[in-house]
Amino acid sequence: MVQPIEPSIAILAVWVVLYIYSLAGSIDFGASFWAMVHANQETQAGRIANRFLSPTWEVTNTILVLLVVMTIGFFPKAAYMLGNVLIVPVSIILLLITVRSAFMVFAFSVERYRKVLQIVSGLTALFIPALLISALPVTQGGFVQMIQGQAALYFGKWLTSPSIYLYILFGLSSELFLSSLFLADYARESDDDSAYEVYQRYAVLFGPITLLVAVLALYTLEPEAAWLLDRLLRYKMWYVWSIIAFLIGYVSLWWKTKDQKVGRPRVAMVFVVIQYALATFAYGAAHLPYIVYPYLTVDQAFTQINTFYSLLKVFTIGLAILLPGFVIHWRLFMKDKRYLEGEKT
Amino acid sequence: MDTVTLARAFFGTSLAFHIIFATLGIGLSAMVLVTEWIHYWKKDRDYGIMAKRWTKSMAILLGVAIPSGTIVAVQLALLWPGFMRIVGQVIAVPFQIEIFAFFLEALALSIYVYGAGRLRPLYRVIAVFLVTLGATASAVLITSANTWMNTPAGFKIKPDGTIYDVDPWKAFFNPSFYEAAYHVVVSALMTGAFVIASVAAYRLLKAGSQAERSIHSKALILSLVVSVSMSFLTALSGHESAQGLHRNTPEKLAAAEGLFQTQRYAPLAIGGYVDYDKKQIIGGIEVPYLLSFLAGDRFDTVVKGLEEYPRWTWPPAYSHTLFNIMVAIGFLLLGLAAMALLVWWWRKRNGQTGWPKWLLYLLLLAGPLSILGIEFGWIFSCSGRQPWTIYHIQTTTEAATKAQYLGALFVAFVLVYLFLGALVCLVLTHYFKRNPIALEFQSNKTLGDDTHGTAH
Ligand code: HDD
Ligand code: HEM
Ligand code: HEM
Repeated sequence: MVQPIEPSIAILAVWVVLYIYSLAGSIDFGASFWAMVHANQETQAGRIANRFLSPTWEVTNTILVLLVVMTIGFFPKAAYMLGNVLIVPVSIILLLITVRSAFMVFAFSVERYRKVLQIVSGLTALFIPALLISALPVTQGGFVQMIQGQAALYFGKWLTSPSIYLYILFGLSSELFLSSLFLADYARESDDDSAYEVYQRYAVLFGPITLLVAVLALYTLEPEAAWLLDRLLRYKMWYVWSIIAFLIGYVSLWWKTKDQKVGRPRVAMVFVVIQYALATFAYGAAHLPYIVYPYLTVDQAFTQINTFYSLLKVFTIGLAILLPGFVIHWRLFMKDKRYLEGEKT
Repeated sequence: MDTVTLARAFFGTSLAFHIIFATLGIGLSAMVLVTEWIHYWKKDRDYGIMAKRWTKSMAILLGVAIPSGTIVAVQLALLWPGFMRIVGQVIAVPFQIEIFAFFLEALALSIYVYGAGRLRPLYRVIAVFLVTLGATASAVLITSANTWMNTPAGFKIKPDGTIYDVDPWKAFFNPSFYEAAYHVVVSALMTGAFVIASVAAYRLLKAGSQAERSIHSKALILSLVVSVSMSFLTALSGHESAQGLHRNTPEKLAAAEGLFQTQRYAPLAIGGYVDYDKKQIIGGIEVPYLLSFLAGDRFDTVVKGLEEYPRWTWPPAYSHTLFNIMVAIGFLLLGLAAMALLVWWWRKRNGQTGWPKWLLYLLLLAGPLSILGIEFGWIFSCSGRQPWTIYHIQTTTEAATKAQYLGALFVAFVLVYLFLGALVCLVLTHYFKRNPIALEFQSNKTLGDDTHGTAH
């Protein structure tokens, strides 16, 4: 019998959205953090971060909702299991997201308390990606117990496992690395050299740290997740390419531009995006066929076939219709010099 | 409380919080659209100022609407995993389309708010139009999921819970979808307009310069015109929803009306409360024949009573009260808005200007009452479905999570909601105190060329 292809398409789609959100979310939350750090300095660094955040945070948040909805639609049984297992950590994340978004918006409106509000939104933002990624090791085995057919989290173990903390650390350093690199690029696009220097320095610092933590995290997996490491080794070459991509991107932070400025952040950004793509997809491929090891595979969790096709149709049509919107948005807020250079400072 | 009760209270609270901001997102963006259009058309600066200030409130409210919406979306999976397992297989489509409505709204809104200065006036109108479209579409879509719970369609289920023969579009356009979507949209537009009316009334009660009063007066008239028409449509569509209950979920109508015996020439009960032990309504007024007529357009329509159904499937007795309050608010507000316009018209004919104080005081109540109407309507719709989560298919107990720690989470969320609710009020008052309308007169010299954003 020929293996049905639909579940693979579905998991690939979910994984692509996860990948996009992990980048967009890291940049978004990281920018909040940097906006806080540079709230009251002479450089434009804080202002650049805010100028990026104002028009984009809603769009980024919607990608998160898309991820949840796609998982529920394509893999309802995975939603069922993860919902039961992750209720506490996910609720905490939700509270942090709420406080962060609200305070960020309030900070724009209330001058007198701007600083306090910004500190709260910056700090909460810092921890969101870190917590989000802590859900990942839960799917790798060792953290889920079955009580009378009902999946539940080993809560104590989740709180104390070093593996979880390394993932958290990885989330943190990724967030700081990706967002500072992105903002360096954004600052260059805005022709703001002082802000560029600030963010370039952060990127230089957090790049290698992130790489180091990632390697450590993989080598401290729980014993139950040994299967994953075995399978990851099959994708060794992907990781080698990923590291090469990182190195090219990293070095390009010192390349000279045509007008003699130091650093090509756009090149760096592109290569780091490739670096994360290679690593993420190698990880995803190794994780298959399990969604939650060893209880749930992609095929078991898959939705009804008619629903799958309706969703796929809606998804394609929706993206096609919205594409011009994303392009206009991009041109208005990432390219238009009038916005970038701060028409309303 | 046991886990199921906790989950119900928890989820109901989250939605009750979200719906305030979501409804205002629809209602206010529609009002901004109307004023932007009038501004573009008549080139009257006052309307530009209104659009700008309402947009600012919208942006502040959005800071809570979006995260609270994210909360309910995720809580749906966290608190009702059993329900989501079926939803994912059958009615995932509206949720998926809704995401695109959100994207549309988020993109258009940031373009409108932060790009306004760089847009030509007509494009600005288009941008707000897309914001309103996105918000309204998301309400219609989420309503589809809710009506599917009330009147499930588009799938078959085996006794062991296996689902087969799925038709996602039939599920989407389930029997109660049209009238509910219609009712939800017009009631949201009505609420947005009444909230604006209340704020305008409040401003008119306080002293202000002539120019300021003229703006508030224009805002009041505009919002009253919108709210009269929308309240009227709300009542009409509510009537259609009630007829839908009669056709599709007779238990709910019976509970809403406290009707125990199946009968022709059924009376309509207004007020009072329903006593399930004594099987009667206590303290209400009964209008003979009216229920039958309302339900089926004929006095001899047979209306089913609760006794037709096993006791454990009766919706809660307070459904009657919830329903009555919603309907009462509907007629009260329709009357109030119509009266206010009449008074204004009458005074204008007699050469008087301004608004009588008593009327403004009454109008102060309109916005909050309208929001209460939304709350009671939804709680009626969701509680009135009990004990079912999916009508006649899945009970709430089967749908609920089995997880622990719900109590602590519930408390934490309620505290955050209270805190954010209070903070939103503070931020709104603070902002508008710091940026009085008088400032707009100075900054708005060049017509249609200002930015709406004030982020930095
Ligand atoms: C400002 C708000 C508001 C007002 C004034 C009214 N409604 Fe309403 N009503 C809603 C806001 C609402 C709602 C919040 O939008 C609901 C909840 C679920 C839904 O579909 O719409 C609703 C539900 C709802 C339902 C239940 C549908 C179901 O459970 O399937 C009925 C029968 C009515 N309404 C009937 C009426 C009637 C006869 C009204 C007379 C004026 C009325 N409503 C005014
Ligand atoms: C179970 C019920 C609900 C879920 C799962 C839900 C989900 C959501 C989510 C995820 C968002 C944030 C979107 C973003 O990230 O941009 C949101 C916002 C919104 N929701 Fe809800 N929602 C629910 C109930 C409702 C209801 C009943 C309505 C209207 C009648 C509604 C109307 C809206 C609107 C208009 C917004 C956008 C807010 C704004 O931008 O002004 N929602 N909702
Ligand atoms: C936004 C306005 C809404 C409010 C205020 C609201 C209110 C409530 C309340 C009070 C309950 C608890 C019912 C009880 O146990 O007595 C409930 C349950 C529930 N509602 Fe709604 N609801 C809203 C909209 C929606 C929508 C749009 C959906 C559909 C997607 C939905 C899905 C549910 C589910 C799944 C439950 C739990 C299962 C059940 O009790 O039937 N709600 N809601």
